[in-house]
Amino acid sequence: MAKATVTRHTTGKDAAPGQSADGANTTADPIEEIRALLGPDGALTEEGERVVGVDDATLRDLYRQMVVCRRLDQEGLNLQRQGELGLWGPFTGHEAAQVGAVRALDDADWIFPFYRDFAMAVCRGIDPGAILTIFRGLTHGAWNPHTYRFAPFIIPVGTQIPHAVGFALGCKLDHEPIATLVGFGEGATSTGDWHEAMNFAGVFQAPVIFFCENNQWAISVPIREQVAGRIADRAAGYGFPGLRVDGGDVLAVYAVVRAAAARARAGGGPTLIEALTYRFGPHTTSDDPTRYRTAADDDAWRANDPITRCAERLRARNAYDDAFASEVAAEGEQRAAQMRQTLLSATPPRPESVFDLVFANPPAALMREKAEFAATLEPVDETQGTEGE
Amino acid sequence: MAHVTETTTGVTQATASATTTVTMGKALNLALHDALRDDPRALIFGEDVGQLGGVFRITDGLQAEFGATRVFNTPLAEATIAATALGLTIKGFHPIAEMQFDAFSYPAFQQVTSNIAKYHTRTGGACPVSLVIRIPYGGLIGAIEQHSESPETYYVHTAGLKVVTPATPADAYGLLTAAIRDPDPVIFLEPKARYWSRQDLTQPLESLPLPPLDKARIARTGTDATIVAYGPTVATALAAAEAAQQEGVSLEVVDLRSLAPIDFETLMASARKTRRVVVAHEAPVYMGLGAEIAARLTHDLFDTLVAPVERIGAATTPYPPSRFEKLFLPDVDRILEAVDRTREY
Repeated sequence: MAKATVTRHTTGKDAAPGQSADGANTTADPIEEIRALLGPDGALTEEGERVVGVDDATLRDLYRQMVVCRRLDQEGLNLQRQGELGLWGPFTGHEAAQVGAVRALDDADWIFPFYRDFAMAVCRGIDPGAILTIFRGLTHGAWNPHTYRFAPFIIPVGTQIPHAVGFALGCKLDHEPIATLVGFGEGATSTGDWHEAMNFAGVFQAPVIFFCENNQWAISVPIREQVAGRIADRAAGYGFPGLRVDGGDVLAVYAVVRAAAARARAGGGPTLIEALTYRFGPHTTSDDPTRYRTAADDDAWRANDPITRCAERLRARNAYDDAFASEVAAEGEQRAAQMRQTLLSATPPRPESVFDLVFANPPAALMREKAEFAATLEPVDETQGTEGE
Repeated sequence: MAHVTETTTGVTQATASATTTVTMGKALNLALHDALRDDPRALIFGEDVGQLGGVFRITDGLQAEFGATRVFNTPLAEATIAATALGLTIKGFHPIAEMQFDAFSYPAFQQVTSNIAKYHTRTGGACPVSLVIRIPYGGLIGAIEQHSESPETYYVHTAGLKVVTPATPADAYGLLTAAIRDPDPVIFLEPKARYWSRQDLTQPLESLPLPPLDKARIARTGTDATIVAYGPTVATALAAAEAAQQEGVSLEVVDLRSLAPIDFETLMASARKTRRVVVAHEAPVYMGLGAEIAARLTHDLFDTLVAPVERIGAATTPYPPSRFEKLFLPDVDRILEAVDRTREY
């Protein structure tokens, strides 16, 4: 397990998890500092951009990651339309939220994603072609969470949120300054698991960042039919700060998540971030958005395309030109081709391997059932590899 | 119930050494105590498990001894109790979570079935889910609604879970200890009506050999019919066997101990010998564990059995008001009547 090195806090007081002696709030609250640097729309102000101090190289890298991830998203869609994937859930529109959030974390910090957090996975270094094997029906899990500090995609909406709280509680009990970020959509904020997890986090002062990618649509249900009031405001009811950020502004997301992570690592407890974004595509390839929204609904958001806005910030710094744009686009093409190649060359595991993954310590009865199942299969043809249909 | 003293483990047959008497509740408490003492990653949490020691006092004294970072109360939210336990396993902890009552485990059902049972698969084996969820279950305590249910079928039907239940104080200690040490998620069903049952022991609980998590136990040997029971019905089955003995009928009692997986080897061996089988559980007969047992035995021993497998359990109704509960659950008479039916063939 390639575990990042962390240093331990030295607080040894034997208090209940919620009654920490970690010394929260002894310094200025980083959340309030960053809130002051956001405009009324949640974007980072000019002064904010200066204070946050992201250099040109880093901003160019954020832009590069966003463009590459969007190209990978398009390729995922293409692969599904070509029959190579059973399903694809596009995330275009979420690039700034996902890329900015991951970039703001330390390598030792953990991420508990929801199923649309593909760009987060890619930014954590997980092979995108390997991720797609999930959507090709070859596996339910394509990476080791400990290697990337990145938990598996979770399908039942919102249920990963309390996992992150449990993990973060463990970091606190181990006195390790690790922040845990959990991604979810605005639909998840209607689930009991979200409310329960928010409450546990507040009570236990868990070092967790609730990162809501509010893309305005839970399949066909618009935000006005999902939430009364503002999601960010709900944090107050659980005893910790919440703030709304422009999820199309990669620098704003970066700054806010960085502040929340610093707060978490310092023992300040949880933060809720509501990143306003938009799902440009369908919920999944099985969805038809024309049945519930119009181009007019999308227009304002498309005018706020996160990649275009990042390019504008770079232009304002004289850090963007056609050569850079072409280079990034070429990288996107190359990565997309590589992803396709990795996916299409992925060897299906033997069907009976399904039995091996159920338990760490499988009962003999299950292994007997595996043997009975395996006996019904065609034998492995060594000359043909292990195509197991 | 009349039978408050177990006399069936063999341990009680030892003569010379001094005996001590332990209740199932105390045995569970001791298992939790020893886990906290021996495993620095073990944690206990749930509703009221801290200072109070749980509503049944199974965690009594543990917070005082091991501190509030090892044993702590949680908010009243079972789904997130279970989910928090899962998250803690990823960080390398070995959580032991308590659900206060059987029917109060249902809010956690999604986390248990969709995440806890599947996380090992979902991570390609990288994240073993080494946790225990303790659930007091079963009836006969004169309780109001939702406090007497037998939810085992819900859990055994989900692959990825191990489900065990003790019938004796010794097994309560042994199975809980084995469950805590196991790297997989274990649903540990505690027959709450038996919390106060006693067992005489001539050696300390912790020196008894640990039972495997997937093996049944022959609670009493016999030759004329086999009664399959688990958890709260084992004592009833033993009482029935004792009564049958008076009439010259020799009944074997198999205590399943493990409900997922079921130890069919032990069951088949017993059924081959007696050729007559009665399954007794508090859960409704319909789709209860007796259904699977009857199907498997009938399939594998079609030519050996001389009578259909009889099933005794609750009716297809919600758990009845407690005034009537004894009429709905297996008792000695219903078991013996079922034995008689198998002997009429």
